Amino acid sequence: MNKFTSLLRKPITGTIIAILMGFLCAAVILACAGYNPIHALSAMLQGIFGRPKYMANIIVKATPIILTGCSVAFAYKMGLFNIGAEGQYIFGALAACLTGITVNLSPWLEIPLILLAGMAAGALYGALAGWLKAKFNIHEVISGIMLNWIAMYFSNFITGMEAFHKPNTSGTFPINVSGFTTFFPNWKATEEAAQFMKDNPFLGDILRTDFNAGIIIAIALVLLSSYILYKTSKGYQLRAVGSNRYAAEFAGIDVKKNIIETMMFAGLLAGASGALAIMGNNPHAVLEIAAFEGNGLNGLSVAFIANGSPIGCIFSGLLFGGLLYGGQSLQYVVGAPTEIVNIMVGTIVFFVALKDIIPVIADKMEHRAATKKLVDQKEGASS
Amino acid sequence: MEHNTKPVNAVEMNGIVKVFGNRPVLDQVNLEVEKGSVHAILGENGAGKSTLMNILYGLYQPDGGTIKINGQQVEMKNPSTAIATGIGMVHQHFMLVDVFTVAENIILGQETTKGGAFLDMDKAKQDVLALIEKYGLDVDPDAKIEDISVGMQQRVEILKALYRGADILILDEPTAVLTPQEIDELINIIHNLVNDGKTILIITHKLDEIKKSADKCTIIRRGQYIDTVSVKDVSQSDLADMMVGHQVNLKVAKTLMNPKHVIFEVDDLHARDVRGVEVLKGLSFKIRSGEIYGIAGIDGNGQKELLEAITNMIHVQGGTIKINGKEIQNTTTWNTITSGIASIHEDREKRGLIPDFSVEDNFVLETYMKNPFSIKGLMKQKAISDFAKKQVQEYDIRPNGCEKDLIRGLSGGNQQKVIIAREIANNPDLLIAMQPTRGLDVGAIENIHKTLLDQRDKGKAVLLISLELDEVMNVADTIGVIYDGKIVKEMPQDQATEHEIGLLMAGGSANE
Amino acid sequence: MNTFTLLIGVALMYATPMVLAALGGVISERAGVTNIGIEGMMTIGAFTGAAVGYFTNNPWLGVLAAGLAGGLTAILHALASITFKADQTVSGVAINLIGPALALFFCRLCFDGSAVTEPVNAKLPKLFGDNATGILANLNVDFMVIIAILATVIMWIVLYKTKWGLRIRAVGENPAAADTLGINVEFVRYVCVIISGILAGMGGAAVTLSIVSQFSQTSIAGQGYMALAAVIFGSWLPHGAFLACILFGLAQALVVVLGGGAVSVPSEILAMLPYVMTIIILIFFAGKSRAPKANGQPYIKGKR
Repeated sequence: MNKFTSLLRKPITGTIIAILMGFLCAAVILACAGYNPIHALSAMLQGIFGRPKYMANIIVKATPIILTGCSVAFAYKMGLFNIGAEGQYIFGALAACLTGITVNLSPWLEIPLILLAGMAAGALYGALAGWLKAKFNIHEVISGIMLNWIAMYFSNFITGMEAFHKPNTSGTFPINVSGFTTFFPNWKATEEAAQFMKDNPFLGDILRTDFNAGIIIAIALVLLSSYILYKTSKGYQLRAVGSNRYAAEFAGIDVKKNIIETMMFAGLLAGASGALAIMGNNPHAVLEIAAFEGNGLNGLSVAFIANGSPIGCIFSGLLFGGLLYGGQSLQYVVGAPTEIVNIMVGTIVFFVALKDIIPVIADKMEHRAATKKLVDQKEGASS
Repeated sequence: MEHNTKPVNAVEMNGIVKVFGNRPVLDQVNLEVEKGSVHAILGENGAGKSTLMNILYGLYQPDGGTIKINGQQVEMKNPSTAIATGIGMVHQHFMLVDVFTVAENIILGQETTKGGAFLDMDKAKQDVLALIEKYGLDVDPDAKIEDISVGMQQRVEILKALYRGADILILDEPTAVLTPQEIDELINIIHNLVNDGKTILIITHKLDEIKKSADKCTIIRRGQYIDTVSVKDVSQSDLADMMVGHQVNLKVAKTLMNPKHVIFEVDDLHARDVRGVEVLKGLSFKIRSGEIYGIAGIDGNGQKELLEAITNMIHVQGGTIKINGKEIQNTTTWNTITSGIASIHEDREKRGLIPDFSVEDNFVLETYMKNPFSIKGLMKQKAISDFAKKQVQEYDIRPNGCEKDLIRGLSGGNQQKVIIAREIANNPDLLIAMQPTRGLDVGAIENIHKTLLDQRDKGKAVLLISLELDEVMNVADTIGVIYDGKIVKEMPQDQATEHEIGLLMAGGSANE
Repeated sequence: MNTFTLLIGVALMYATPMVLAALGGVISERAGVTNIGIEGMMTIGAFTGAAVGYFTNNPWLGVLAAGLAGGLTAILHALASITFKADQTVSGVAINLIGPALALFFCRLCFDGSAVTEPVNAKLPKLFGDNATGILANLNVDFMVIIAILATVIMWIVLYKTKWGLRIRAVGENPAAADTLGINVEFVRYVCVIISGILAGMGGAAVTLSIVSQFSQTSIAGQGYMALAAVIFGSWLPHGAFLACILFGLAQALVVVLGGGAVSVPSEILAMLPYVMTIIILIFFAGKSRAPKANGQPYIKGKR
């Protein structure tokens, strides 16, 4: 009994149940819409694990959302909902792109410079939402959404400017090749490389994708976030504010300053995500968009599925990336709309929200056992 | 109507069991209350008396046992059943909607309407006024709850129950927030109600009020039924022994103070509350080294704002706050702490603790960034653990070895010990304790009072702000009475009488 | 004069979906449940309205179905935030993920894989008929505008003049007090959240059945969140929220009217205007209005 209830109390239990529920709901919806859910699921798994290329693409897809997820998770540790990660991502990508177009240095300088530009832009935009919260008490979800739309239109405006717009495309010029994080960008275009990829199908499969060094930078930043949160006095302060801002305030911690700083760091992570996407993925440019790409908003799902843990975001980011990518083959093979993946993820997040009920159920079970024991004792004593 | 020769009991509760989590809080408790009597339920904080009454009122479901009202067995599914059976309850923390008027609060849930939907406030007011006159419960039906005094709010609660036709009225710790004079008025109201045939149940841990108002008294200790006695047959100390289970000394043992120079000084302080109303109106006092200064007063006379002003949670509009001659008003909370002031907030869970942190992490809430707990911005968990281990031993915080546990799992008394240990570890020149013993049992209260005295004897200054007059009278060396944002009178403890302080707390003067 | 009346007409048109959604926000938050999921409920309503309107050729059936769909979606939020005491923001965010995904999923199913619905033939009728000219043509708004105004008035009466309103407000301010008086807190909250979903769904349909005549991915582009801003700006009052939405509608109208070529401001910059204005308005009003005291907190019996 105790073993079972303590297993139920583990945070990971709720997450796993939520993920299973997500799959279950998606299967039911697919079945209702007339698709064979088992067929669909196997198509999806095939689309995830079928070829090295697929997995490389999943890592490429996961890289930005691991970072935006970490951004959301970091802010959530302080009780803030960084729904504005999308806008911070857009600003990060834009700043990275403009830097990459205008500056051309050796890769060892170019890549860090572009990354820094993206991080700075994201950090500033994040700090703006933090400032609105700290100074005017504007809920960060509402300001975040507004700032997302402003960022989108601003990005479109810059993209359309003559200085940056690449004629006959819907986007800017690509950044200089020295800023690419894809492996051997110059070599890949040569005949020699084509021959090599033919001879080594496994490596070739991977090299033909956008597989890039971004994932290493992303993981490094996630580890850094986790280190800051749990090993530094700044992190202690921040978690104290997140858990009980009133007690933190009474202990002399400057809550407002913490809100701005946290949002700034969260913005930095989302900005880095934008920069990595520009450096790592074709066409290495910012495109005009009519609706959000969702790299920031998906970060919310990633963070919630990870239960707010930065390191957990690496795994939930990969899961989400896998679902997004595998979902495409769902459409090719089964013909079901890819939105089923978003429904699935939304459902997982919904059940993650419900998972606090599980410890309550555990409590109830222990309660029942304790009541029974008490009544039994009394009866035993009286008889 | 009555056919039986033996009068039927208004309330009979038999073998009530209630378990919270896996901890039994009521274990086979019985209660019999005669119709038309005043019956007290006596027990320490946490003994289970409020839980028992919440079960009677249908707020909690019992895990065992039966309830009879006027001889009929009733299953109290929810408060609606209780209301329908003629039970009314006045909770310790009033259940009122602050932004509603008195009349709106009274009719809520049983509204007078036109056409079954539209509120008929004129009719409602007439009904309420009729009740007010019948029982002498003076209150304005059009006033907003947030604008009236605590005593008036209590009358609104009683009116709410009467409006619903309650014959059995449960009062949960009704005197905790009243002045001695208001308590006398309440006892009068209770007599009016009993004369009208109502049955009154009073939950309390105050012995003198039981002697003054109750006919019978049921004692509960740690969830166990102890006894039911006729109040006139027992003495206060008999009751106290039954409540605590061992002989208790009702007075705090303490030596005379030995005051020296002034450490802390508040002069002509003016401040506003969250609504922008001025609540501190020129408040002044001084505390010397080796002195406990107790502030007595009714809730809402500026105590909260005084603490917030000293700790720089709010800005003041005028006046000075000085510690060791240095002005600290209108700076930061951090400045208050580093200037040598430690404070224990009345709201332990909201202001004192980080519930999701371990006990050891809670110990360093104000020192986490200092050597040895962190060096160059990096936390040194080993140093924190060692420190916590030492404190847990020294302050006898239980369970032993709880340093790595989440603090939310500790009992209220042990949580408070953590807070006090943390605050004293800063070696403050002034320790402020606001309602430091609220909700704690007798053992923990003694312990905390002793700690305050120790601080005093070390030559520190202590400021005790309490709504419990007994506590101030027992612990403080000098008593200042706060009324309407000012210290209206200050006196040495040995010259203070409860009667005089009670009058001053209510805004009267000793000469009246 | 002409431009002015045009501005008013367009403002009313754009304000209407937000008014309905904001009223939903008002009633839900008055009962103590934060409803960030309004955006998702609007999206579901927008699609359902357009699809039902297209297949039945009857826009009113579309509005009705949209309200129903919004209400059904709201049950999810109610279940999470009331029964399961979940974090209301997380649940709302989940609704905002599921809503658009479901809408697009069914859109592709019903319209041969297309992410937009076929345009409805019969849009909602106009106040002054189809042949109005001059100023009347400028002010020729559809009947949804009238419904939104009526809904505002009705909600005000319900909240302030009826016993249900008294109970709703009590539940949002002090649920424990309401509970001790025998008011079923969970039931009241369920009803309010579902009504909020119905209103949001109808608001969504007001976009796809009167402003544009089809559903696409961008039909609902932050209006739900703007409605929530309007709730705060309007101090949680039905008429306050209404006026706030009219102001947001004016900002949208300015974009449309100015975008006509009269002024040479880039369209992207103009498009930012409503969003920038929302933030600026909140800067001035967010700290000042007082939220219902129990808003966003699940009610747990016996916990003070």
